[in-house]
Amino acid sequence: MRKDTSVTGRVHSIQTLGTLDGPGVRFVVFLQGCNLRCGCCHNPDTWETGCGTEYEALAIAEKAERYRAYFGKDGGITLSGGEPLLQAGFACEIFRLCKQRGINTCLDTSGSIWNGDVEELLRYTDRVLLDIKYPTDEQYRAYVGCNIAAPLHFLSELNRREIAVTLRQVVIPTLNDNLQSTEMLSALVKKYSCVDRVELLPFKKICQVKYDGMGIPFRFAHMDEPSDEAVACLQERIEIPERK
Amino acid sequence: MKHENPIRFREGVWQSEINVRNFIQTNYQPYEGDSGFLAGATERTHNLMKKVEELFALERQRGGVLDIDTNTVSSLTSYAPGFIDRENELIVGLQTDAPLKRGVNPFGGIRMVRNACAAYGYQLSDLVEKEFKFRTTHNDGVFRAYTDEMRMARKCHVITGLPDAYGRGRIIGDYRRVALYGVDALIEEKKKDKKALANSNFNTEEVRKSEELFQQIAFLGYLKEMAFMYGYDISRPAQNAREAIQWTYFAYLASIKEQNGAAMSLGRVSTFFDIYLEKEIAEGTLTEAEAQELIDDFVIKLRVARHLRTPEYNELFGGDPMWITESVGGMGEDGRTLVTKTSFRILNTLYTLGSSPEPNLTVLWSNALPEGFKKFCAKVSVDTDSIQYENDDVMRPIYGDDYAIACCVSAMKIGKQMQFFGARCNLAKLLLIAINGGYDTTSNMKIGPQMPVLEGDWLDYDTVMKRFEVYLEWLSRLYVNTMNVIHYMHDKYAYEKTQMALHDTEVERFMAFGIAGLSVLTDSLSAIKYAAVRPIKDENGYIVDFETAGSFPKYGNDDDRVDLIAKEMTNKVICELRKTPTYRNAMHTLSVLTITSNVMYGKHTGATPDGRKAGEAFAPGANPMHNREENGALASLNSVAKISYNDCRDGISNTFSITPAALGRNDGERVDNLVSILDGYFAKKAHHINVNVLNRETLMKAYEDPEAFPNLTIRVSGYAVNFHKLSREQQREVISRTFHEVL
Repeated sequence: MRKDTSVTGRVHSIQTLGTLDGPGVRFVVFLQGCNLRCGCCHNPDTWETGCGTEYEALAIAEKAERYRAYFGKDGGITLSGGEPLLQAGFACEIFRLCKQRGINTCLDTSGSIWNGDVEELLRYTDRVLLDIKYPTDEQYRAYVGCNIAAPLHFLSELNRREIAVTLRQVVIPTLNDNLQSTEMLSALVKKYSCVDRVELLPFKKICQVKYDGMGIPFRFAHMDEPSDEAVACLQERIEIPERK
Repeated sequence: MKHENPIRFREGVWQSEINVRNFIQTNYQPYEGDSGFLAGATERTHNLMKKVEELFALERQRGGVLDIDTNTVSSLTSYAPGFIDRENELIVGLQTDAPLKRGVNPFGGIRMVRNACAAYGYQLSDLVEKEFKFRTTHNDGVFRAYTDEMRMARKCHVITGLPDAYGRGRIIGDYRRVALYGVDALIEEKKKDKKALANSNFNTEEVRKSEELFQQIAFLGYLKEMAFMYGYDISRPAQNAREAIQWTYFAYLASIKEQNGAAMSLGRVSTFFDIYLEKEIAEGTLTEAEAQELIDDFVIKLRVARHLRTPEYNELFGGDPMWITESVGGMGEDGRTLVTKTSFRILNTLYTLGSSPEPNLTVLWSNALPEGFKKFCAKVSVDTDSIQYENDDVMRPIYGDDYAIACCVSAMKIGKQMQFFGARCNLAKLLLIAINGGYDTTSNMKIGPQMPVLEGDWLDYDTVMKRFEVYLEWLSRLYVNTMNVIHYMHDKYAYEKTQMALHDTEVERFMAFGIAGLSVLTDSLSAIKYAAVRPIKDENGYIVDFETAGSFPKYGNDDDRVDLIAKEMTNKVICELRKTPTYRNAMHTLSVLTITSNVMYGKHTGATPDGRKAGEAFAPGANPMHNREENGALASLNSVAKISYNDCRDGISNTFSITPAALGRNDGERVDNLVSILDGYFAKKAHHINVNVLNRETLMKAYEDPEAFPNLTIRVSGYAVNFHKLSREQQREVISRTFHEVL
């Protein structure tokens, strides 16, 4: 019988020093392939499936282990993308092997896919960074490529499993830098006790060069970047209650 | 003999022998808290620092040198006392009679002094010229004894930066001894040692030692005299905190008046001072602000220390450095931390006085350091880019807990060990000389064993390695012999009287060799091994370029296939060096460190098989080559950590630059993440890291408008510099280095 450790998947790149995708110092693996096409996406090179570098799950876990000394008490591995849920089986095996090695696991996702493999993956997930991109279903359909029900369902499932959640939102002027959006995030925080952090990230256009390099249009090229102050101001509106 | 001390300290063997470590161990108070207790600068400090800043500005305006006394040969008592602001100084003493005025010190070599004066529009006085007409300098001695081959190796830059024209430096006197015992007691001890020598057979070593002891005793006398000129009697021990700092500073000051060594480091004084400071604070006679003020004033003195250098020297060691390295923190052998409140206070000078490259503050990092101290260090790094870190957990088992760093990364037991400093050899260039059978294509010189240029359309790894080993064997022997000449002559003509008087008479010696171009050599060998490298010959049949087809693993990506080549090379080099005996039986050590000379080394090295073009700068120290890293910062750190400290006992330097955004979202996270990175890196048994947290854009702005950033400090290889003091070329190189950033 073939061992599970030979599960393979496609990796876009590895960043050994990640400090922005989850708590502490993190070994971040960007998986190749995405089911969505967000207008604000800063990694268009991770969209296509079937390319990237093929890795065994075990190789990734063993690589992560080489950085354990740097993780401190909060750090660990983060799977990002692309959309890691597209390769949930691979992701699950990586996390299982990491948990076996005592490494904290964190999943950076849009929460737009739900199936048996994803459910299995969550068994080995310590924290989820869940993107809530916009406050309305209409915007989701227009700028993301899925409906808003998917990530909301995903969040409810995380809550049921008591997996710690950081809600994330890329702040894009005129689209979601508004009261409606912060109120929605606040409501989610209130409703789901699994959420202990909300991170608003400023929309950046530095990725334009990637789009140019790939010869595809950057849909949000015409949008403005928000000021740091504006983002901080929105962030202040969201209250996180003290959790026990 | 019992050393009487006017202050009631806890008793120990330090009272019956010269033993500062024992004094510290029996009297110091570890501090496990955070930085909350620290005080800011007082009004007095602000005003004094303002005067100093004005002098710095004037020095910049005058092209980097404020003034030179061309008439007086620098020594302990040759200048009248100098002051910055006499009434308002707590700690006194300057190298010459005025701040930032440089003295001339021709003992290492008169030509260098003459050229340095000329470079800044001065002329060395006839008086000094005449005096040295009838004196042999260190430089004279060396060139009398150099062989033709030594001169050639120097000329073609395969061995560079040899201390054969100025003071060798890298010697740390135990300056604390003067404060703890007073000079008279030290003289007594040395007299005893000289007397005891009479019982031995007098051969070269004994005769030399006897004369050296005579000189040491004489210079301890001059040290007293020097202090007396400032109104202090340091024949007796210091009686309070201010005196302890003043006495210690006088001892250091005497050393930099006597010598113009490349690196004149301070040692490990903070925790020693802490004993005196905390005693007075506990007695209620000193406040925290006053304690900080004393440290501030001491550090101001260190910041105005200067040596006169030539522009050629600055090409090697950019930024006018002194390497007044102070080692801070670390753990004791008994498990208590050596961190005290004064460890915080000395780092705090980067806030009270602003950021600065000097003194070269070096934190001895251990995983067991108190959290509060770790966080404060990380915060200082994030805010000022002015400190470096070295692995106490790797060094303590070798040197005990009273060692210090000389220069950048050279560890030694204080007052018990010293080193013969010896620049570095260029391994990337050696590879090219080997491939060309003893021909250097940049200088067009034949050097080393002569054999045919490597044949074949493709370079074969085993053939190249075999060839390289032949040349490494040749160079290693030549290198050791060259160093032997230099240090024989330095001892003979420019012996460090004051500094060696502050060592035990029986001293252990290291001979510190160095290598440059490790990452270029490593990647070149990896290219030959894993890709296909086709040599390109010029019209004379020498290989001057390479065409590399296919990919190959590159050092800096945590890939053992190539990282282990780097590890193996360092091991090979030290093993080869050990085959040739050293002057005074010094222990061979090796460093992977280049200061800013990586630019100059690159300039004198042809194209290499790794794809580096002719003349392109090397990466500094043990750093991977710029922009060859594919997996981010920690992979790069892991690669460097694989080089064994046992092979490189003189240090492995790594310079790490990261943008604030890549280190964390806010200052709190940045501090925590930096602590994790340092803990992780040193847990991997890595030796050293310089930390810069800054944006490339800041450097580019400073490049365009240096005057707007007079205090911008940046860590380079093993030390820190004011960015504006680097040459344009060095500045461009620093900007082109890898910055770990968010993409």
